[in-house]
Amino acid sequence: MILNDLISIKEKELAARKKIVLRCCMAAGCMSSGSKGVKEQLEKAVADAGLQNEVEVRGVGCMKLCCEGPLVAADPQNALYIKVTAENAPLIVAALKGGTAAIPQADPGSAFFAKQFSIVLANSGVVDPERIESYIARDGYQALHEVLHEMTPKDVVAAMVKCGLRGRGGAGFPTGLKWGTVAKSPGAKKYVICNADEGDPGAFMDRSVLESDPHSVLEGMAIAAYAVGADQGFIYVRAEYPLAIARLQIAIKQAKQLSLLGAGVFESPFNFNVDIRIGAGAFVCGEETALMSSVEGKRGTPRPRPPFPAESGLFGCPTLLNNVETFANVPAIYRKGAEWFAVIGTEKSKGTKVFALAGKIKNTGLIEVPMGTPLRTIVEEMGGGAPDGGTIKAVQTGGPSGGCIPSQHLDTPVDYESLGKLGSIMGSGGMIVMDQTTNMVEIARFFMEFCMDESCGKCIPCRAGTIQMHHLLDKIVNRKATARDLAKLEELCDMVRNTSLCGLGQTAPNPTMSTLRFFRNEYEALLQPDPFGPRSNGAANHSKPATK
Amino acid sequence: MNVSVSKPQKKRIQAVLEHASGDKRFKILEVHMKKHQFRQDALIEVLHKAQELFGYLEDDLLLFVSVKLKLPPSRVYGVATFYHFFQLKPQGEHTCVVCLGTACYVKGADKILEAITQRHKIHAGETTADNKLSLLTARCIGACGIAPAVVYDGTVTPRATPESALKQINQWVQK
Repeated sequence: MILNDLISIKEKELAARKKIVLRCCMAAGCMSSGSKGVKEQLEKAVADAGLQNEVEVRGVGCMKLCCEGPLVAADPQNALYIKVTAENAPLIVAALKGGTAAIPQADPGSAFFAKQFSIVLANSGVVDPERIESYIARDGYQALHEVLHEMTPKDVVAAMVKCGLRGRGGAGFPTGLKWGTVAKSPGAKKYVICNADEGDPGAFMDRSVLESDPHSVLEGMAIAAYAVGADQGFIYVRAEYPLAIARLQIAIKQAKQLSLLGAGVFESPFNFNVDIRIGAGAFVCGEETALMSSVEGKRGTPRPRPPFPAESGLFGCPTLLNNVETFANVPAIYRKGAEWFAVIGTEKSKGTKVFALAGKIKNTGLIEVPMGTPLRTIVEEMGGGAPDGGTIKAVQTGGPSGGCIPSQHLDTPVDYESLGKLGSIMGSGGMIVMDQTTNMVEIARFFMEFCMDESCGKCIPCRAGTIQMHHLLDKIVNRKATARDLAKLEELCDMVRNTSLCGLGQTAPNPTMSTLRFFRNEYEALLQPDPFGPRSNGAANHSKPATK
Repeated sequence: MNVSVSKPQKKRIQAVLEHASGDKRFKILEVHMKKHQFRQDALIEVLHKAQELFGYLEDDLLLFVSVKLKLPPSRVYGVATFYHFFQLKPQGEHTCVVCLGTACYVKGADKILEAITQRHKIHAGETTADNKLSLLTARCIGACGIAPAVVYDGTVTPRATPESALKQINQWVQK
């Protein structure tokens, strides 16, 4: 495979394009609403009408507006049909000759679509994820070719530093710095791992990216591997995502057949293989050291850092670990240039972020917006506000490690620093909207129960602390707690946060602390009078851990 | 890993291998292990396959894996019990998984779970006495856009309600 081969595949694919394309969403959300039957009926209707030479029915990835699925888009009519069923699908084909089908449509010009800025999701809903040619037709794998033939690994790292991309897994560590550290670490064997263990409840961006555009992740991983000097990659995917796993397997096989993966990629000395590792349902495996332990076939328990994975990671070798969305950004950065990427977003948070919008909101689905977009734009304009005339009470970001942002702070721009200041985190991108009927104390208990169940049991603050905090929250919800219990809960939050071994424990108190900060009145309304009177100061300080 | 094996352990291992020799599924599992070159770090992949073949991971099966991968049984058992996905008990004829992710939760998944618990007198993680239904919960299946989601025998169903869930289950448990 050389560049000319790649270009001839692209040209062949474009030449074979038919005039009309019906794109039918085949991502997990629409599939569960019956899009497979819709696609079959569309194909049948096209065949019945004798339009095979003019119309292509293409199974594509996520078209973002998940709540209205199954979705079918018609090009070039620019129509987006919603809630299509197998029964009324033939109407879409009938309408191709003129007129419109009597099927509800979404407006592609509405705020939900118009305010999006796609980098990661640029191919989502456009390419057929099960055909590599479809990705190559969108200039896929050209960035990898350029990197391998025109840049040294040092240049690749330098460009990554320059573009300012930060890790999309939640913590926001500068990606270029990470790549540089792994590249500098001595060692003959190095690994690249893609973290696709999207455990945050309420987040489904990584699933959609893997289902809709798996090759962009593979290309991103290959570029990273070249930069750091690795020849083996692993993708750690949750077992809960069978469709994503199947699509990745197909993608890896196709890339190998075209020798875009394997030995001597693009006839260069660069070798790179990718294997899939399937998780088995443990939230803690999203933490990097726990994830590597799981890839090694062990219990997914974290270990203290340092040594950081960049120095001693998988099987003791230097390891680069990035999230799905981070890797999906990479091909576009090298194709369009670091300068192009660096002007998108805010000064400290570059590029875009994909959010999974869900909960009590009209339009649920995927959105990708430039960093720094105010929450209000996302929730009210794009999301369409709360359904059934409700009012938005809070927005939860960051899952069980994040916090609830109350409605009075909706004008906060979405970037790593601003969300951190409000006691929440960017997280991997789950965004759950809550309306006035949501009880915030129950939400805090819900997340604490999650952390309690998912605590791996290795360190005591997290193992015992989450149980005690859950117990106290339960007591408050059941109106059996006093002010003394609330004070104890706050002490525990502080202790668990400061003394736990890994991110799970350190962030487990976040939902409780952020709801206490903004919705303290809801907690206090549930408290009972203390039969022993107010607590003395001496007792309050008794068990408080020393803070720096 | 070399482990000294006591007499009763030897006997137990022999019994397991004998049990395995009469069952084709063990053969398939062994082929799968061979595909991974009996690598010890493929343990989780092997357990996935084992559960796919047998439905759940019984003691003999875990011992078989430990012998073949030359791992101590404690390590295999430790991994099998660590991950939620692995079942150590047989499941009922049908499974119903209620997603309790945040998006499903704020849209009332807890009420669906409560309705099933009340009607069929089982808690999450349990199987009905007649072995017809296993009720399970998931932490998030990533179907947040169509919440609340319930998975019946592996098929994800969008926008479930307590009524729709009870109706579906009734089709299974009717006598």
